[in-house]
Amino acid sequence: MKNETLRRIALALAAPIAAVIFATIASSVFLLIAGSNPFTAYGDMFEYGSRLEIQVDILNRATPLYISGVAAAIGFRMNLFNIGVEGQYRLAAIVAAYVGASVSLPAVLHIGLILLVAMLVGGAYSGVAGVLKVTRGVNEVISTIMLNAIAISGLIAWLVREWQAGGSVDATATNLGVGTEPINESGLIPNINSWLEIFTRDIGKGKELTGVFLVAVAVGILYHILINRTRFGFDLRATGINPFAARVGGVSDKRMVLGAMVLSGVVAGLVGMAEIAKLGRFNPNFVGGLGFAGIAVALLGRNHPGGIAIGALLFAFLDTASGVLQVTGSASREIVFIMQGIILLAAVIAYEVVQRFRIREEARLASVLLAGEAG
Amino acid sequence: MILAQIRQLPAWARWASFATLGVLVLTLVQELGQNDTSHLTAMTTSQTALKWSIPILLAGLGGLFAERAGIINIGLEGMMVLGTWFGAWGAFNFGPYTGILIGIIGGAIGGLIHAIATVGFGVDHIISGVAINILGPFAARFLSSEIFTGYQGGSVTQSPRVENVDKFTMPFLAGGYDTPNFLKWLGDKDLPLISDIGNILRGVLTQTSWATIVALLLVPFSAWLLWRTRFGLRIRISGEDPWAGESQGVNIYRYKFVAVMISGGLAGFGGAFITIEMSSIYQEGGTTGRGFIGLAALIFGNWRPGGILAAALLFGYPYALQFGDFDGFASHALLLVNAIALFGVTIWAIRKSKHADAAIAFVLGALSAIWYFVADTVPDWWVKILPYVIVIVVLIFFAQRLRMPAANGQIYRRGQT
Repeated sequence: MKNETLRRIALALAAPIAAVIFATIASSVFLLIAGSNPFTAYGDMFEYGSRLEIQVDILNRATPLYISGVAAAIGFRMNLFNIGVEGQYRLAAIVAAYVGASVSLPAVLHIGLILLVAMLVGGAYSGVAGVLKVTRGVNEVISTIMLNAIAISGLIAWLVREWQAGGSVDATATNLGVGTEPINESGLIPNINSWLEIFTRDIGKGKELTGVFLVAVAVGILYHILINRTRFGFDLRATGINPFAARVGGVSDKRMVLGAMVLSGVVAGLVGMAEIAKLGRFNPNFVGGLGFAGIAVALLGRNHPGGIAIGALLFAFLDTASGVLQVTGSASREIVFIMQGIILLAAVIAYEVVQRFRIREEARLASVLLAGEAG
Repeated sequence: MILAQIRQLPAWARWASFATLGVLVLTLVQELGQNDTSHLTAMTTSQTALKWSIPILLAGLGGLFAERAGIINIGLEGMMVLGTWFGAWGAFNFGPYTGILIGIIGGAIGGLIHAIATVGFGVDHIISGVAINILGPFAARFLSSEIFTGYQGGSVTQSPRVENVDKFTMPFLAGGYDTPNFLKWLGDKDLPLISDIGNILRGVLTQTSWATIVALLLVPFSAWLLWRTRFGLRIRISGEDPWAGESQGVNIYRYKFVAVMISGGLAGFGGAFITIEMSSIYQEGGTTGRGFIGLAALIFGNWRPGGILAAALLFGYPYALQFGDFDGFASHALLLVNAIALFGVTIWAIRKSKHADAAIAFVLGALSAIWYFVADTVPDWWVKILPYVIVIVVLIFFAQRLRMPAANGQIYRRGQT
């Protein structure tokens, strides 16, 4: 039986490892074609990534990626595709920054209020897609994509002018660099350098490990409990695996769709919080693309809380460590985009192959057992 | 009863009637408004609207081929991005015509990847599509950093300028080749409706790019290919009931592969069109989600070429209205057009005794009308999001009335049901 467990773990790891190896080889080919030495490039990245300060950067990058990955995974668990995390987190961030700046409270309450507003806005905005699906049968993939566009090129572009620090400005204003009013010190989630420094030397170069890291950890634990230890999580998985059976079992699929969609948005609302804590406001250059990257991370991690963490760390490492390539000039840093894309695609294919292999294996095992019983 | 009679007409006359009805609404709105809203039916508006519809149309047709073969292609956007990049690269090095061809090949490569994942390995169609949407822009970014940065005027996010395809102006009707310009004469008459139709047609027939003409010809061609040939029948059986097709000896895998590659090629054409015909330059993020709008056009068009064209024109129109509408009056008048359309939907829903639909349409229509009467202009962000709002509103009313290919999105494995 011990052997069996090992075998299962090996099978589970086979796909992502194969994907990373395949992506590394494929990227090396691209690098060679482009006239760079892949070994120097990877060596530079690993050397750079092994520095403590850079590792802090990696964790800072991985934190929102992870939250975004969990947000996407909640929907994926029941075959609900919330592509709208991108719009949800940005909208949540700007409203939370605005509300956070307009009040002054003790630190715990202030931070709590900002997080709460962000979660509410995220959940409300994804809820629109949920309501459209449940009541009007509008496919959530299309509606969330449209809602992304509406949020980003419409609502946020408008709000960022309306809530500009020092009064609203019109569309023709050229100096939009400032952003919303600054949030009071009490509303900013502090860094947790001291926590990390228990294990390491002092962090230098003014790098700060975001306190939202702890929020991400909490989100991961809650996600694990929700999926594996609650009725809702059971219904969610059941609907994802076999919606008809779940319906026969008394699960209201409409309620599940709405619930999963809103919950996904609630988590999505937290994605921008690290950036808000760092900037102290929402500005027009607010970090983008985390929603789509989160989908990639969720797919890589197979919607598993631990898997998503590994995926987020991997992508964060590639994003961050590639910065050194510009300095050393050993390759163009855009190679990591190719790597991420190939890893993602190779991983989803590899999972499928392993899954098929596993089903065949089980069928074989069952037939062996049955033959044994008959004999 | 007029509607019932329209329904009995042949297809071309039916479409023409609906189009005339649409222009009639636009004319009415112009007469009603106090401000000058002639921009609604101006020649330049229809010219721009047609141009903006083409990438949506091509993406929609791309979706048509894939989904008729049973493969959901949400990766159209990513394939379109590949089309914009390869189109720019090709156009810069070999001229615009070859550029479009290379853009098509670029998109088809994306289609090939999607086909390998979904058909070859049986990966979930949405997951593979999402992966391609992430891979496409990443690949374009990398390629730009390797290639465009070496060109004068190029950078990591954009290409040097590229040339356009030649243009065509219809003789006699629109005055091409130094012939009389009948539609201009008609438009200058300033008659209600007739002059509007004249202006709109003149815009469509003046300085039309050959790429546009080819794209439009792809509409009847796709209909012929899918519904009148053996090849098309086999693509459609792959999407309706692949197991039935398999029992007839059709190699379903092959048809799905070919269909998804055609799909990617069409999306690539759409991307190359954006680069070569619209922006004259490759820009990162230049597709602005038009692959997804194409997907919405496919759904609204009920998985049929004619419907996709109509949807593409509908979605392209508000984009076009933004240009040259400096005072914002025309965009503002569009609120009244929306209201009239929504009241039309209300009447339709009442006749079909769909009371919920009627109520929703009436409320939305009333809101639109109230906004029209209380404000003189609309904010610029409203104009920007209008195409997306229209997509959602249209789907609210029609999502449940549509029929997609029966086995669309299902994972097919040979010999397994």
